[in-house]
Amino acid sequence: MRGKNTGFLYVLPSLIGVAFFILIPSADVVRRSFTEAVSGAWAGLENYRTVFSNRAFRLAAYNTLRFEGICIPLLLVLSLLAALLLNALDMKGARQFFKSCFLVPMAIPVASAVLLWKVLFHERGLMSGLLHMLGLSGSDWMRTPWAFWILVASYIWKNLGYDVILWLAALAGIPSSLYEAAQVDGAGRWQCFWYITLPNLLPALFTIAVLSILNSFKAFREAYLAAGDYPHESMYLLQHLFNNWYRDLSMDKMAAGAVVQAGVIFLLILFLKRRWEE
Amino acid sequence: MKRMKKMWKKAAAVLLAVLAFIAVYPICFLLTGSLMGGGEIRESLGPALEVAGGNGNSCIQMPFLPRYPTLRSYVELLLDSPEFFVMFWNSVRLTAGILAGQVLFGVPAAWGFARGRFPFRKALFTVYILLMMMPFQVLMLSDHMLLAGLHMLDTHGGLILLSIFSTFPVFIMYRFFESVPDALVEAAMLDGASQWQIFLHIGLPLGSPGVIAALVLGFLEYWNLLEPPMTFLKSKNLWPLSLYLPNIGLERAKVAFAASVIALIPAILVFLAGQDHLERGIAAAVKE
Repeated sequence: MRGKNTGFLYVLPSLIGVAFFILIPSADVVRRSFTEAVSGAWAGLENYRTVFSNRAFRLAAYNTLRFEGICIPLLLVLSLLAALLLNALDMKGARQFFKSCFLVPMAIPVASAVLLWKVLFHERGLMSGLLHMLGLSGSDWMRTPWAFWILVASYIWKNLGYDVILWLAALAGIPSSLYEAAQVDGAGRWQCFWYITLPNLLPALFTIAVLSILNSFKAFREAYLAAGDYPHESMYLLQHLFNNWYRDLSMDKMAAGAVVQAGVIFLLILFLKRRWEE
Repeated sequence: MKRMKKMWKKAAAVLLAVLAFIAVYPICFLLTGSLMGGGEIRESLGPALEVAGGNGNSCIQMPFLPRYPTLRSYVELLLDSPEFFVMFWNSVRLTAGILAGQVLFGVPAAWGFARGRFPFRKALFTVYILLMMMPFQVLMLSDHMLLAGLHMLDTHGGLILLSIFSTFPVFIMYRFFESVPDALVEAAMLDGASQWQIFLHIGLPLGSPGVIAALVLGFLEYWNLLEPPMTFLKSKNLWPLSLYLPNIGLERAKVAFAASVIALIPAILVFLAGQDHLERGIAAAVKE
């Protein structure tokens, strides 16, 4: 396909759909974010002011940022470690077996896993039982600040396999000639890792981070299914807030909140991409 | 030195085995629970079911294997819960509708982005990537206004429509079409093949692992669909399984276990059948 303007017709049906069903309604949301909900009159930045001074919004935004800030680095490091461990295994069969095991959580529907969650973290659940055996006291975990960490753990559990596969692909892409040359020069294991493996993984880091962030937005499912509309404060995420606004028909707040969030995600990707291309 | 290396490898294997166990444990848990009889379930989950009081310190104890395995829970679920089948069928309909639409619109789009040359191609693809990153709450209001405008709130068709134009599958398939060798396409052009023929006879066969990868990823995603049905479906009889299951409390643990296992089965089957494609689909994202 060398000529000019080839391929556009293939993209067109999808593009029309995206434009009609996503882009145009989104543009309307941007417009609404600057107008009053009822009268439709121009409101300037009033909606944004309301949103930013809203206590629930601050809490949800803080929790969401905290969740991302803890989960993403943690997942990236843990999955890289697991990938390196897998590569260190000699037996190919064992490697494939472990890889499959790590991917299984992706296939377990959240709704099915929630039953285990209830049994694990109930006030008298498995977790409390374990602590009793150690002579400590349990608690109704989902009603304590631990709820946040349970959500973190469940995100890691669900996404470790996905990221391991990504890292393995990135590791496989490093030419073995680099290692051979380094060994001829007398480099040790650590030196190889530090000066060859890590720098060569950097290009993949951007993609893996972006996909991990994408998957982190789905953590709301676990939070909602395990704790309902009004979870413990520590795991009150932006999606919870939007659900409440939706129920109250606070379209003006929703519009301004959506624009703010889309802007933050846009800047984040731009920033990651910049760093990556440096 | 050699012994150190061996020890280290053993430690790595043990660590991986522990992680693997944690990853698959929920399946063992659900299977065990679903095969328990009513009495055994009451016994092991008992401490959680008692109203406050009781003997204060006892906690749930979940055995690894049921003592008296029985299929009673499944029979009860199948006989006594007609609503379960409705929800199961709803999940199937939504998932199938969305995936069919994504293939219909996404495959040509991915091919066009990967192999075509037209103005703003890169910019448009960047828009697709940005849209793929937007979480549900960002698009929630625009989705609502769209569905309200089309009078499609509270319908399956509306939900399907919202997800058909998700740009994530285009991103996945793009990577696969990109790796179709140029030489092959050029050779076909020299032989006088039309664009459409090249897409049909070279692009599709060589890119089909990408399409399957996108389908597997999509199935696992939409079988789990939660936020859109929760927001836009008011009628309970339209709900998918993912909304229905969590509403079964621990008091009805028997039904909950069996229902969870049945919801799990399609996802696990798709996972097992498509695992190679799934891995390649995930890995494709980091190939340069």
